[in-house]
Amino acid sequence: MRYLPLNNQDRSAMLATIGAASIDDLFIDIPEEARLTGPIHGLPMHAPEMAVERHMKALASQNLVAGDVPFFMGAGAYRHHVPASVDHLIQRGEFLTAYTPYQPEIAQGTLQMLFEFQTQVARLLGCDVANASMYDGSTACWEAIGMARRITKRATALLSSGLHPHYVGVAKTMARFTGDALVHQAPSLKPETDIADLIGQIDKNTSCVVVQYPDILGRVEDLSALAQATQAAGALLIAVVTEAVALGALRSPGEMGADIVVGEGQSLGVGLQFGGPYVGLFGCKQKYVRQMPGRLCGETLDAEGKRGFVLTLSTREQHIRREKATSNICTNSGLCALAFSIHMTLLGEKGLRGLAEVNHAMAVTAAERLENVPGVKLLNASFFNEFTLVLPKDARTIVRALADRRILGGVSLGRLYPEEADLANGLVVAVTETATLEDIEAFATNLEELLA
Amino acid sequence: MSMNNQGRPTRPAEDSAASSAQATSTGNRALMLEEALIFEIGDSTRTGVDLPAAPKAVSRLGGLERKAAIGLPGLSEQETVRHYTRLSRQNYAIDLGLFPLGSCTMKHNPRLNEKMARLPGFADIHPLQPIQTVQGALAVIDELGEWLVKLTGMAGVAMSPKAGAHGELCGILAIRSALEARGDKRSVILVPESAHGTNPATAAFVGYQVEDIPAKPDGRVDVDALKARLGPDVAGVMITNPNTCGLFERDLKNISDAVHEAGGFVYCDGANFNAVVGKVRPGDLGVDAMHINLHKTFSTPHGGGGPGSGPVVFSEALAPFAPLPFVERTEDGKLALIEEESMEDHHASSFGRMVAFHGQMGMFSRALTYILSHGADGLLQVAEDAVLNANYVLRSLEDVLDAPFANAGPCMHEALFSDNGLAEGFSTLDIAKGLIDEGFHPMTVYFPLVVHGAMLVEPTETESKAALDQFIGALRSVALRAKQGDPSLHSAPHFAPRRRLDETQAARKPVLVWTEPVVEQAEAAE
Repeated sequence: MRYLPLNNQDRSAMLATIGAASIDDLFIDIPEEARLTGPIHGLPMHAPEMAVERHMKALASQNLVAGDVPFFMGAGAYRHHVPASVDHLIQRGEFLTAYTPYQPEIAQGTLQMLFEFQTQVARLLGCDVANASMYDGSTACWEAIGMARRITKRATALLSSGLHPHYVGVAKTMARFTGDALVHQAPSLKPETDIADLIGQIDKNTSCVVVQYPDILGRVEDLSALAQATQAAGALLIAVVTEAVALGALRSPGEMGADIVVGEGQSLGVGLQFGGPYVGLFGCKQKYVRQMPGRLCGETLDAEGKRGFVLTLSTREQHIRREKATSNICTNSGLCALAFSIHMTLLGEKGLRGLAEVNHAMAVTAAERLENVPGVKLLNASFFNEFTLVLPKDARTIVRALADRRILGGVSLGRLYPEEADLANGLVVAVTETATLEDIEAFATNLEELLA
Repeated sequence: MSMNNQGRPTRPAEDSAASSAQATSTGNRALMLEEALIFEIGDSTRTGVDLPAAPKAVSRLGGLERKAAIGLPGLSEQETVRHYTRLSRQNYAIDLGLFPLGSCTMKHNPRLNEKMARLPGFADIHPLQPIQTVQGALAVIDELGEWLVKLTGMAGVAMSPKAGAHGELCGILAIRSALEARGDKRSVILVPESAHGTNPATAAFVGYQVEDIPAKPDGRVDVDALKARLGPDVAGVMITNPNTCGLFERDLKNISDAVHEAGGFVYCDGANFNAVVGKVRPGDLGVDAMHINLHKTFSTPHGGGGPGSGPVVFSEALAPFAPLPFVERTEDGKLALIEEESMEDHHASSFGRMVAFHGQMGMFSRALTYILSHGADGLLQVAEDAVLNANYVLRSLEDVLDAPFANAGPCMHEALFSDNGLAEGFSTLDIAKGLIDEGFHPMTVYFPLVVHGAMLVEPTETESKAALDQFIGALRSVALRAKQGDPSLHSAPHFAPRRRLDETQAARKPVLVWTEPVVEQAEAAE
């Protein structure tokens, strides 16, 4: 038992200090009938490092690794190259094995990093302020809806049909219990987003409009008119960004007037990881900062007048406010926020813009090649690194058949919207800097064969 | 799950700015290096990456090209490594020493876990890959889930909650769903005074009224008061066991039976499961739902405040309401992921989805690695050593620090002290800051709220006797100074990268993002 430093000699000496005859004396408060006397039956006993490694490797080998095949999946999780130094730095024990910086004098590393992260995120999203991160994009999105309710004292949220269906699912689950009304429908396969429809639906009960940018089908449209219409009605515009790299090329939602911008930061530093842990981004206008959920890091001075950082505005949070808190959230996604921040520092403005440019150019190249496959139509008029193809048959079967040929060729709309028969032929394709021209050709050729 | 620190923001005492060392021109002190912000040392022309060339393509951004500068500084790779390495050295961490934050279970984080989580077969797979290509990932979820169910003696498990508080939410949503399914509109959740702040926050978030249950003088829930409050309006109780005073709630089974009889459900906050893993199964005590912090009991790293992971185990009564998605073994032996598509056939009463995708896979692979390393016998030893270490601390310090429940029997995984008996004007905060100078991270302070000036020490099982003795010696000396009224404690810490920080100012005028210094702009305008 290599992780346990005590030996039996230590244990005896310690029991003597305590004044207990045996370890069982320390567990007398557990009712005897419920107390277990030995290891639980049917579970394996301890194992050496090698044996555990063998077991885990055997499981890992049953998965098709994204990096080993032509890969074109997105829909809220994107594969980008993460520089080697990111993973090295986040594994420094001082970051990896620290906790929430409750004692700021000996946690300035984490706190300064969070302050830098907040600034990077605020600038990327086009917001005045940002918090120290949330669990992920989907929970950040729901938290934003709750925040809009608190600010506007209204409880009807309009969700764009272009919002990621899992994000919609999370909001629906929560709204059932909080009493918020959600207005939402599935997207239709059109080149335009539903911004015009949303503007028509806003009324005096609307707390917020939630719009994804680029949306689930990859479409991008100017949010300015929607922001104006929303705010004119006394409601808030919440913009959701699931692909942070897109904001290296596209105007930020904040610039276009969004009141709250939330996002998934997984694209930078974090990796795919089968869906988690990821890192939720959350920014807003300065005037709403005291209604923000989640941890915030702020600048201050120490007793010698040196600049330092602390967690602040904690009177919003559960450990002080208990049932009156703005949210029940207590952890952020610290290590993923660190990975995001390091990757962003390595990129800088120049690198981020360059990365976004490569992504867009690869996606345009892929879209042009794929729409030449007989029977395939490109839905989007505009997009960043993700677009929707309409196939002549159910895309789910095609995706599975492509996987059998070791190509991960996008996310079918059937997987995302199982109940919408009209969407079954839709295929959402993401293309990042990790794809090569050969990958695109392999995807197109195999798609053509499968559709023939 | 978090710990309160001092309740309200504090600021340094007026006279505490004593210059303690000879000044240097850089502000550095040998290995203690000051580090500026990336916004002060980087700029928008620098980068630490080389990108592939972009193929020629006509923009299809719909006229939304970003034109204005974003304001993101870049650094070269070498500068980046140095910046973050320097920052890291301003943090205390488990790798450096004992980290006795009560209720946070800061145990050693084995590096095998990190190595396994980084296998490309786990780290580099997309959450929406066709199911036939991720059978190994689903097997990790399934295998870990089975361990959690067996260790807790429960009927089912929801793996997707992202952290402890998210798991609490999951449990309370299941309780409300089960009540709604039988047409029962109950409005109250009972929470003991000593509970983590997340408990009342979670219950209120879902629309429940929260009512406190008092504790008895021995630090445990007042069972009679609780029973007297039960009735047709009570949806359930949220109980932490072992509780936040470090004590096992002996009457939990009795409480569960009473709650069930009154038509309610029992939620157990499993934050402190480390003390009893392998010693007792919450299912045998009548618990209906309990979250498990993988970052506590199962050693996934805390990472400076997350990511956590908070799977929830359920009783037979609540399991049908568990959220999507979950993993199920099909007749042909393959693993299936039950999502929205298959919900109607497999899991019609699920309360729905709590999160995009399937939860914290990166934490699952780490936790499973840890569990397999320990095995059923090792996990039992974990609980025993954790409790032994905490009792050793309690009994070694009760002569210098007031231990309010020392006579209530042995403690479990954590030892609780109060500020009773310190010199006039000296507080728990002074002891905490004094410990920093001694080279230790302080214990949890001012929590639980039921004890004045609480100090909650959780050493965990991964500390050696020598490390404990060193910590006990340090805490003893600081406690004695606080009892004798040593004024130098008020200005501690003296040797940390920063002296006491002004939290009051930080909250009054929040500076949450970096901005160009105003002075330079004024000069430029002249």
